[in-house]
Amino acid sequence: MNQTVDAGVKALSQATASTAAGQSRPHESAHLHVAGAAPYIDDLPELQGTLHAALGLSPVAHGRLLHIDVAGLKALPGVVDVITAADIPGTNDCGPVIHDDPILADGVVHYLGQPVVAVLSHDRELARRAAARLKDFVQIEPLPPVLDPLQAHAQQQYVVPPMHMARGDVPTALAQAPHTVQGRIELGGQEQFYLEGQISYAVPKENRGMLVHCSTQHPSEMQHAVAHALGLHAHHVQVECRRMGGGFGGKESQSAVFACVAAVAARKLNRPVKMRPDRDDDFMITGRRHCFVHDYTVGHDAEGRLLAADVDMVSRCGYSADLSAPVMGRALCHFDNAYWLPNVQIDGFCARTNTQSNTAFRGFGGPQGAFAVEYILDTVARRLGRDALDVRMANLYGQHERNVTPYGQVVEDNVLQALIGQLVHSSDYRARREAVNAFNATSPVLKKGLALTPVKFGISFNLVHLNQAGALVHVYNDGSILVNHGGTEMGQGLNTKVAQMVAHTLGVSLERVRVSATDTSKVANTSATAASTGSDLNGKAAADAAQQIRQRLLAHLAAKHQVPVDTVDLAHDVATVNGQTVSFEDLVMSAYVARVQLWSDGFYATPKLHWDRNTMQGRPFYYFAYGASVSEVLVDTLTGEHKVLRADVLHDVGRSINPALDIGQVEGAFIQGMGWMTTEELVWHPTSGKLLTHAPSTYKIPTASDCPADFRVNLFTNENVEDSVYRSKAVGEPPLLLPFSVFFAIRDAISAVGQHRVDPPLRAPATAEAILEAITAVQASA
Amino acid sequence: MPDTPITPTERPVHFLHRGQLQQVGGLPPTTTVLQWLRGHAHCTGSKEGCAEGDCGACTVVVATPDAQAPGGVRLDNVNACIQFLPTLDGKALYTVEDVAPTPDTLHPCQQALVQCHGSQCGFCTPGFVMSMWQLYQAHDQAPPREALADALSGNLCRCTGYRPILDAAQQMFDAPRQVLDTAPVAQALAALPDSTLVLGREPGQRFIAPRSLAEFAQWRAALPEARILAGATDIGLWVNKQFRTLGDILYVGQVPELRAITPWADGKGLSIGAAASLEAAWSALAERLPALKELWLRFASPPVRRAGTLGGNVANGSPIGDAPPVLLALGAELVLRHGEHTRRVPLSGFYLDYMKNDLQPGEFLQSIEVPWPTAGQMVRAYKVSKRRDSDISAVCAAFGLTVEHGVITEARVAYGGMAATARRAALVEQALVGHPWNEATVQRAQAALAQDFTPLSDLRASQGYRQQVAANLIRRCWLETRPQAPMAGDQVEVWPAVV
Repeated sequence: MNQTVDAGVKALSQATASTAAGQSRPHESAHLHVAGAAPYIDDLPELQGTLHAALGLSPVAHGRLLHIDVAGLKALPGVVDVITAADIPGTNDCGPVIHDDPILADGVVHYLGQPVVAVLSHDRELARRAAARLKDFVQIEPLPPVLDPLQAHAQQQYVVPPMHMARGDVPTALAQAPHTVQGRIELGGQEQFYLEGQISYAVPKENRGMLVHCSTQHPSEMQHAVAHALGLHAHHVQVECRRMGGGFGGKESQSAVFACVAAVAARKLNRPVKMRPDRDDDFMITGRRHCFVHDYTVGHDAEGRLLAADVDMVSRCGYSADLSAPVMGRALCHFDNAYWLPNVQIDGFCARTNTQSNTAFRGFGGPQGAFAVEYILDTVARRLGRDALDVRMANLYGQHERNVTPYGQVVEDNVLQALIGQLVHSSDYRARREAVNAFNATSPVLKKGLALTPVKFGISFNLVHLNQAGALVHVYNDGSILVNHGGTEMGQGLNTKVAQMVAHTLGVSLERVRVSATDTSKVANTSATAASTGSDLNGKAAADAAQQIRQRLLAHLAAKHQVPVDTVDLAHDVATVNGQTVSFEDLVMSAYVARVQLWSDGFYATPKLHWDRNTMQGRPFYYFAYGASVSEVLVDTLTGEHKVLRADVLHDVGRSINPALDIGQVEGAFIQGMGWMTTEELVWHPTSGKLLTHAPSTYKIPTASDCPADFRVNLFTNENVEDSVYRSKAVGEPPLLLPFSVFFAIRDAISAVGQHRVDPPLRAPATAEAILEAITAVQASA
Repeated sequence: MPDTPITPTERPVHFLHRGQLQQVGGLPPTTTVLQWLRGHAHCTGSKEGCAEGDCGACTVVVATPDAQAPGGVRLDNVNACIQFLPTLDGKALYTVEDVAPTPDTLHPCQQALVQCHGSQCGFCTPGFVMSMWQLYQAHDQAPPREALADALSGNLCRCTGYRPILDAAQQMFDAPRQVLDTAPVAQALAALPDSTLVLGREPGQRFIAPRSLAEFAQWRAALPEARILAGATDIGLWVNKQFRTLGDILYVGQVPELRAITPWADGKGLSIGAAASLEAAWSALAERLPALKELWLRFASPPVRRAGTLGGNVANGSPIGDAPPVLLALGAELVLRHGEHTRRVPLSGFYLDYMKNDLQPGEFLQSIEVPWPTAGQMVRAYKVSKRRDSDISAVCAAFGLTVEHGVITEARVAYGGMAATARRAALVEQALVGHPWNEATVQRAQAALAQDFTPLSDLRASQGYRQQVAANLIRRCWLETRPQAPMAGDQVEVWPAVV
């Protein structure tokens, strides 16, 4: 079906077929996934006496919590106990950065859906039924809610102080610019919609210990949150996660409330407690990608080059800070996307609203920031009557000049010109532009649109100290290998890549290597598997451990044969010494008998990083990942419906550790981002603040039919100029920005309705309704 | 006719699972198949993703005796999260744990998913495996890509973007065939009890599944308060999401007469039993009226179309049900039955108000009678929703127009999503009938529409959008059917029906 992908995978595989790294290998759990034999937390056998918790949620968006009739709730069928804030032995907080996130509401309720109580029953259904009746057993004095981020902004109601990033002299440059444009861009949020909902299973252990099986991207943070909630130290709490059924950022900080409730209940009742919210509750309780409103003024020249940009960004943070500050920081750092901006000032406002607390989602603010500049360039191009591609090209970062970001980092690894050039050619962009124009000239109802958008995405956590990782590699004396590292597997294939790096480093086959569950009792103080850094950090740490073992094995072999160590080798499961071969098993056993340590820890800290949060200057990113895509769409001007006819993607993953997994990440991110740009719409009730789109029946992520029938995805041939793991590049988040081309192709098609003379006021997501509104506006002004 | 049905004999649910006969009693009748699998049978391969039949992570395949199906057994992929366990009576249940030939090997559908890198987080994968397995049994070779996408439209994946899964669905047909031998299944199913299932003794808590129309009518007359259950694609949510208590449940799914789809004796129409699946009913309608194909495919996902029934969609009477507008445009009538008495009513008079209809106590919907369009009558049906597949209509419109010598002589124009019930647009029809089918008439009809409906704004669409689109769909119908230079479907729609 997709010849290009297969060919790309094959070519890359053959180039590096001699080692475990660089090859397309199936996900380490693929054979288990397809057999239904890969256990997720809800599949673990339940211990005897297990209780199920269900959360009772606030029925109002804002109010004073006057009274909870706990006795009344306890009298409901099947209820064993009811937990309130008063039952939390430690701190009633699970906020990741600022401590403003109560586990259970205390004093005030801040949003409709906030957990107020946890109801426990031996039967999950009875717990849910009782919890759903909370509204009959609680007294809340309503307070006026703030539901609109712009209203919060007008009232200067923020979760963290405003942020500011600037370079150059914007007022002067704006005043001197030949052209200026100003406008507002509305960009919706997005639900992670991990297929496996949030879940934690807490099991009390001896001497105040607590084991929590938690579907989380951040086991160490869950360990700390649970310890604080229980009033214990980190060493009392063990958090384990073998795999998640998807995370996408939604299980970075926001798995905490479920882990803490399960642990608090387990401690109080001294029984195992499972906390698995229903999908609707998951939507109502947890936050998601921040929606943004951008107000901009830009100045540009006749070629469309941006001379100055002044942008205010307002994000909907919800009721608490959560990760909203670093999300806004990343939005500011990605407003430049692929473009040189000589004069720029950006202000970021984190609006506090009485809605779910928004959080991490693949891209972490970066996509929201980059979307703004793409929208602006699209507008500038239309005003100048130029092809948007030409305007984008005119603004690209240069190789040796025009190459410093607004935050002061020099772009040292720019491949944009080459990458886009290749894609323009392979996608036949110019000829298709003509064909689209020809089609539109003779098609009164349906209009086609075409767009190319680039991506430059910074890799590393902005917060420098998070860029570290640890791993343990055990070589058992039968020659089998077990790896444990601090990263978590959420489907991205991290465990597969780490195993490949261990096999590659040791010089053995991948089949020897098994990766075990992430466990805070094995590797300590881990960072979240987030910011696309999973393989970069944990792959390096595991390779470090493997390298130490390899050196010990080679030293042992050299000493045993009394030859210099640089004359021995280990590759393809076979050691060579003095022209003889020794099997890996024999080598390992020989080393074991000689009392050589066959396991090792490994550690990695990303070099070169520095960042000043106050001035928003420094080098926050080790390197950049690049990509570009071309999308062609068909829009129905009677209904606003659209279809993506073809999408071409060229993406830079450096030297790929596993091309098949990388292409999987690129394609998956493309479709996920396309959903965000089109059908995935969040709707809150305008007065009650109730989230109305709270399940797949009402919140529409793409289905198989939405995948373009003609979808050509290729990896750009490149090597990371930095010394990253295998010279690869991170791939989790950057491709999420690729489907901006879908949005701008839709805008292009709408623009055709007015012969490209009117700027379509299209908001994101471009639902059928948003598209028809924009068409109607274009028709009205044409 | 006796006032009470034949004395019921209570017995457990009988079904086959993993080659074993299961006899399950003592559970609440609204226990879902998924709850039973995960909580009681300890088969955790099938996952709960949404508990409302929309994500497909729980997809299982149910084998039902069916004389019309090859080998006498019909295989349906359905959502286990909203299927009540007693509906499995007399059937066989297959899950992801059952498709591999041996514990150490994989079925071609599983193998293809591994080879094509079709799983990432793996949570949706068991559901995809089951939809693919069902598809595999139903075809000898790979259907076209659009058909594959339709077959998988009830399974959401958030990781892969679907391309590798579609590849796998295609490539699974390349491996040596490994088809389920249905003959022994049919034989084993034939040995299961074929008596009416009565589960539970307490009135108000029973599950009753009669095995004949006459018996069903008796039960219905005796239990006018009982909740009639068909595919549970809506009622399953009442239980899972709203915690509603259903009372006695009267299940239509085991009544062969109610599942029948029969041409009228004079060949001028089709009689569709109320319990015929949506898939079977739409397939029969679209075979005769290809313009309905798009709505058929967009109606719902295959698992919902296979579990849900046309009668359920009609009797439920939701304002956003997609069958009523089409049936109204076709001039369908309903056969309602009470005991041994039947009456025939036009669908256009059936809906009284929001979720209220003309059914009398003890009465039930027996069949839907659909007259085929006569010569000169044009039929079109359109659905508009945020997402192409498996979404609820913002607006659904259906047109049945008779044009004679350039003049509209009869018009049935019906909308869903525009009012408290699906209903005909009287003023639009008035603006059409007696007028030439031309641009001026279209504009008058569009203007009249604003007087016909005052739709709501909700999470699916605003009032303004609904009004604008409803009017524009009149234009689409005109463009497709105008006498001069009619436009083809692919010139006026991005998802054209293949006519």
